Amino acid sequence: MHIPDGYLSPATCAAAYAAALPVWAVALRRVKRLLQSRLVPLLAVVSAFCFVVMMFNLPIPGGTTAHAVGMGLAAVLLGPWAASLAISIALLIQALFFGDGGLTTFGANCLNMAIVGSFASYAVYRLLAGRAPLQARRRVVAAAVAGYAGINMAAFLAACEFGLQPLLFHDAAGTPLYAPYPLGVALPAMMLAHLTLAGAAEAVIAAGVVAYLQRSNPSLLEAPLLGGSGLRWGSLRSLWIGLGALMVCSPLGLLAAGTAWGEWAPGDLQNAGIRQQIARASSDVAPPVHVPAGLERLAGLWHAPLPDYAPAFLHNATVGYAVSAMVGCGLILLLLAALSALWRGGRSA
Amino acid sequence: MGEHSFLPGHRHGGGVLDRLGEGLLAALRHGLEADDLARRPGLLQGLDPRVKLAGALALMLMAVWVRTLPVLAALLGLAAGLALVSQVPLARLMRQVWLGVLAFTGLLALPALVLVPGRVLFHLPLLSWPVTLQGLRSAAFLVGRAETSASYGLLLILCTPWPHLLKSLRLLRVPLVLVVILGMTHRYIFLLLHSAVDLVEARRSRAVGPLPPRERRRLVTGAAGELLGRALDLGGEAHLAMIARGFGGEIHLLDDFRLRTRDGAALAGLALTLVAAWWWGGR
Repeated sequence: MHIPDGYLSPATCAAAYAAALPVWAVALRRVKRLLQSRLVPLLAVVSAFCFVVMMFNLPIPGGTTAHAVGMGLAAVLLGPWAASLAISIALLIQALFFGDGGLTTFGANCLNMAIVGSFASYAVYRLLAGRAPLQARRRVVAAAVAGYAGINMAAFLAACEFGLQPLLFHDAAGTPLYAPYPLGVALPAMMLAHLTLAGAAEAVIAAGVVAYLQRSNPSLLEAPLLGGSGLRWGSLRSLWIGLGALMVCSPLGLLAAGTAWGEWAPGDLQNAGIRQQIARASSDVAPPVHVPAGLERLAGLWHAPLPDYAPAFLHNATVGYAVSAMVGCGLILLLLAALSALWRGGRSA
Repeated sequence: MGEHSFLPGHRHGGGVLDRLGEGLLAALRHGLEADDLARRPGLLQGLDPRVKLAGALALMLMAVWVRTLPVLAALLGLAAGLALVSQVPLARLMRQVWLGVLAFTGLLALPALVLVPGRVLFHLPLLSWPVTLQGLRSAAFLVGRAETSASYGLLLILCTPWPHLLKSLRLLRVPLVLVVILGMTHRYIFLLLHSAVDLVEARRSRAVGPLPPRERRRLVTGAAGELLGRALDLGGEAHLAMIARGFGGEIHLLDDFRLRTRDGAALAGLALTLVAAWWWGGR
């Protein structure tokens, strides 16, 4: 899971750093506000704890052993912001002092394990544990699932980063310059290992420690030690503004030339002009002469109500794009609101 | 994907205590030897830590960026040369980086020889799988980049005292508070590793015969839970001790680094190397 230097292109590394930096900044501000003068010693010891937990070799069901990253455990006990900071610090010491994981790939490693892994674990834990009593078995199961989901989210992201390398970064002769395996190989290879061994190790450490704390020190489970996610609808105002701005800007997609790679309709493969565009975008590999039978058979199964983001009643493509963005976002929000209502109803019953 | 480390004892097999003990010993040994090497007279040891950090990062980035194998090989050769003039034995570089990277990344890169499509060079005997030129080059790039970057990483840590390296992180605009936290984390890691080994050893010494897997799981997770409690207590005690010494949340760092003529010369050499690598390695 610790990606060494040389596996990812400088552009991918830069993008990962750019994605991780704002999260680090917000996390540091939030944890600093909460801990004040306790920040330095407390964050130092929990980072050291995360580092040591990563060295534990766990016997997992099936007779083998594996080591956990501890992202699920850290997220459940510390809260996602502090967990992302503590794991990032542990990862930096691992990379800098022990050479475990690269320095150019440090941003990607933190994005995968410290940030996405922690937040995914925390979300799953909150969702499953709900307001169950501190001693409830449900909390142990929730911690196990949280650890398992967190490490698999992180592995999925890492596999996507690996799988995109040969597609985006190769020389004129087609030699992959970084991780050489496409998504079709990278995804199953990574996920197989993490859905089984690494996922089991992460689940065992998270569930085992929560079960131990239930017996010995349940107060540590009352609330995240260093603050929860802190997300409230009111505090999401800037996100709402950002979402609105993105919807308004969605027609910018019309400026892009050519076709979206891999999103071709059967008709596109028969159009000479589009065929040329496809070949240019595919390293001069010509698309098949005939429309593949499977594509032809399945293409007619579903007709979108707003095809190509252009509602039939609107004759302006720009307005059509913006309206489609609003409809799409509205439907997703409605779906989430319905799921949330269902969840609340189920809990109060 | 594979992982490698500067620690020779970093293995995924073995028992809980073996692995923890091995990890603790290897980490202590690595720390002590790095400290010893950082004090020896040598080219890299005599440079300003900020120059070393900037240089190592720039050379690592260049190793990741170059698109020609000879330039990548030259960068690896430069790392070996720098090790020699800095009294870092090549055997150490081989043990801690080259063999470890080859074992993990080399193994991972092997299937690329036959999986990457391209011009077929020859077929593997018995299996008849085609080895392609593109697959061979791709594997060489992956292993070469990982070897070169890790070599510069190890040289940096072996030729710079850890506190100096941390202080030089300010060059990258790392917040002061994080620099201090990194320093404390590094010290607490060894303390908590000692505690973890003691915890597991104490439990194991009271057991008769080998523990069944379920009990071993309980032993490890219990140790982790106990360790968290101890870590939090430790953090509280450290905070009180800091308060007792007048700490009020403000952090100051003594910044006594001064650039000298040899640092300027090193920076000029670095710039020349980077321009040459960029010129010949960008095709």
